[in-house]
Amino acid sequence: MNLLIGILQGLTAGNLLQTDRGRTFWMPPQGSTGASSVDNVFDLIFWISMFFFALIVIVMVVFVFRYRARGRELDSKPGVPKHNFRLELAWTIIPLLIVIGIFYVGLRGFLDMAVPPANAYEVQVTAQRWKWLFTYPNGYVDENLHVPVGRPIQLVMTSEDVIHSFFVPDFRLKMDVVPGRYSKTWFEAKNPGQHQIFCTEYCGTGHSDMLASVVVHEPGGFERWLEDAADFIENLPPAEAGQMLYQQRGCAQCHSVDGRAGIGPTLKGIFGQTHPMQDGSSVTVDEDYIRESILDPQAKVVAGYQPVMPTFQGKLKDKEITVIIAYIKSLTDSGGEQEEG
Amino acid sequence: MSSYQSNAGHAEAGANYLNHSHGLRSWFLTLDHKRIGILYLVSILTAFLLGGIFALLVRTELWTPAETIMDADTYNKLFTLHGAVMIFLFIIPGIPAALGNFVLPLMLGAKDVAFPRLNLASWYLYLIGALFSLYSIATGGVDTGWTFYTPYSTETNTSVASITLGVFILGFSSIFTGINFIVTIHKLRPRSMTWFRMPLLLWALYATAIIQVLATPVLGITVLLLFLEKTLGIGIFNPALGGDPVLYQHFFWFYSHPAVYIMILPAMGVISELFTTFSHRPIFGYRFIAYSSIAIAVISFLVWGHHMFTSTQSGLVNTIFSFLTFLVAIPSAIKVFNWLATMYKGSLTFQTPMLYALSFLFLFGIGGLTGLFLGALATDVHLHDTYFIVAHFHYVMFGGVVIAFLGGLHYWWPKIFGRMYNETWGKISALLVFIGFNVTFFNQFVMGSQGMPRRYYNYVDQYTSYHQYSTVGSYLLGFAFLIMAVYLLHSLFRGAKAESNPWGGPTLEWECASPPPHENFAETPQVGEAYDFSGIEYDPETDSYKKRRAVPSAPPPPTS
Repeated sequence: MNLLIGILQGLTAGNLLQTDRGRTFWMPPQGSTGASSVDNVFDLIFWISMFFFALIVIVMVVFVFRYRARGRELDSKPGVPKHNFRLELAWTIIPLLIVIGIFYVGLRGFLDMAVPPANAYEVQVTAQRWKWLFTYPNGYVDENLHVPVGRPIQLVMTSEDVIHSFFVPDFRLKMDVVPGRYSKTWFEAKNPGQHQIFCTEYCGTGHSDMLASVVVHEPGGFERWLEDAADFIENLPPAEAGQMLYQQRGCAQCHSVDGRAGIGPTLKGIFGQTHPMQDGSSVTVDEDYIRESILDPQAKVVAGYQPVMPTFQGKLKDKEITVIIAYIKSLTDSGGEQEEG
Repeated sequence: MSSYQSNAGHAEAGANYLNHSHGLRSWFLTLDHKRIGILYLVSILTAFLLGGIFALLVRTELWTPAETIMDADTYNKLFTLHGAVMIFLFIIPGIPAALGNFVLPLMLGAKDVAFPRLNLASWYLYLIGALFSLYSIATGGVDTGWTFYTPYSTETNTSVASITLGVFILGFSSIFTGINFIVTIHKLRPRSMTWFRMPLLLWALYATAIIQVLATPVLGITVLLLFLEKTLGIGIFNPALGGDPVLYQHFFWFYSHPAVYIMILPAMGVISELFTTFSHRPIFGYRFIAYSSIAIAVISFLVWGHHMFTSTQSGLVNTIFSFLTFLVAIPSAIKVFNWLATMYKGSLTFQTPMLYALSFLFLFGIGGLTGLFLGALATDVHLHDTYFIVAHFHYVMFGGVVIAFLGGLHYWWPKIFGRMYNETWGKISALLVFIGFNVTFFNQFVMGSQGMPRRYYNYVDQYTSYHQYSTVGSYLLGFAFLIMAVYLLHSLFRGAKAESNPWGGPTLEWECASPPPHENFAETPQVGEAYDFSGIEYDPETDSYKKRRAVPSAPPPPTS
């Protein structure tokens, strides 16, 4: 069996073994304290399954050779057993006891992961098509999940639109993120480093691009990072701070900055342009129009686009809107000459 | 020759159900269960071809981590249609409506099903449901996945409304077939055919019919509610309208988990027939197999929540569903052990259908055992919605149901069409299907436990080699089906004439001619013990088997 696994490794996963520490043939590295208990359950079921699978295949192969007919003339064997109550009862009851054991082990592992410790650090998670937003206790929002090493983290999650699912393979962690309710899950990262976050509930066009990272900081590093990151509006030039918000808050999912039309109009060169609106009027894009479009997106929709943008009322502060406007202006300044209306 | 007798004698003039009447009308208005079986067979094989083409396109797109041949929206529509077409148009009606329709009355010793008009109506409903699905494809497709999860399905502007109506109609087709089979088995059994003399396929079809009749209405109501929410804006599932999206999942899986058993139970019935026939000995543990079919039908209604362990369902509910899920594993295990024991002291021959039966044991073994990882809560949280699930259900649905369907198709092909196919090509193709399937799907278990989520258009580079391996396997699988299509079509026109019992089968359908006469049996057959092989003898002259009876079935005078 080891030989078979070895061959399979060579065929499929060999290159992974050399590059990723802690990755086994079946499982990604164990990034959280809960991962090893899941892997233990996996291993137990794996070897039980292997045993029964080998049993089935060996008996099958032996019977196939032992009882194959010689020619088409069939020998009638008297005394062929048609049933055997004790034997059949045995292969009913023994598997039953085994699966009840597996049920119990699986339940125990699940309960360990279901109850967060009392001292857990809480991060709010908001899912939207096709973006994760992580809100820290001080109100700072980031597109990746930054956490300190060795401290239980509780995630309180909700969705703005359809159902998503938060999945970190290295943590063996998965929980659906449902609109209209809050779901909770927790983990404790073992080592500093990065881990992949996937969305695992199908959510449309960008489902497979709804990725993010868990960034696990060294002891003390998380607090420093959070302080710096939360002050980025003060620390960075306005246009750069605006660009960060553009990336982090989901603007980029619909508005390109390279001239491509998306779900919404491109922001490239838009400042100062005049556009026809759905209601037939026309608007020249200035600071007030941008502000209005962010807070009340349905008020004046550019002709040719659907009124699908969510409002950011209460989600973006005034100074954040100011730097976003600065960023949009910068896309015109650097964009070469514009035809003005 | 007087000691050989069978109902086949009455069809010697060459009259059979195929040449009983002529013209399109005689087919499209037929009430003959055998012809309706063929109408179904042609329809589901067309759906299988369509679903298979979708699958190959999906696998081709996944050759590279980014765009290969299509954009994300097209990909999302293709995997949705692959799932919906395969499930609703191929696998669910596959064995019961196509093969079951043909063989159930024959195995029972009846002249037809209880309600022949209802039977024809179910095929027309199938056709109308299929047309609704085709309409959805033509008007832009559907991109929700075959599960139509809310609120995505109520918000997307693809053709969800028409395909859910299609599913609603297909549900009634399935219910009609179920009612027909239940009544037929209760009321049309010959006096001598007691419950425990019935072939095990009939037990399986009976258990299936119970699920079809009891569970399918729930699907009907669910898709109807979805349709109302989508078209009239009534808030049932969408939280924006005051609904609950997780409620939809409960409703959906309350049907769709039992539906898994609508698919696998008849497959298990077919496998029971194959093992006993090609072992040329009575099946081992008839009663355990029969009761396990009923046990599966009952427990299958109580396990739907295992699709929802990460759905925010409470921990207590998760625990209960996990426990019940493990219970449903036991009847399947019993069947596997009994099939193995059926080979013990048998006289095994290895024609194409038997290769499918052995292939089934291997693949369904893997499919069933990997279910243990998913029933256990701790591991399911990690594996849910990854390629591990994709691999698991393909091992059960393809490695189990489709392999059994192919075994059954090859087993009854001579009976249905009166022609033999090329045995060598049959074996080659069975082997290629087995290899191609494993190459496609086995490494998806590994890819999934390594974290690759399902329904992904783009993927992280580290999974590239697994995906390419799978894609190569899928082409091999497609090639194997191409070979099968060629030799089966060839046999229709050039195949050798089939004798009434080419394999040595012990059940009643092998006692009438191939193809069977219009009336099936000239006189009601006398039925003895189930799977009685005594008296079945090889006849080298015709390379087939004949049944010699100690007592003739017609009212005696006894001869020596």
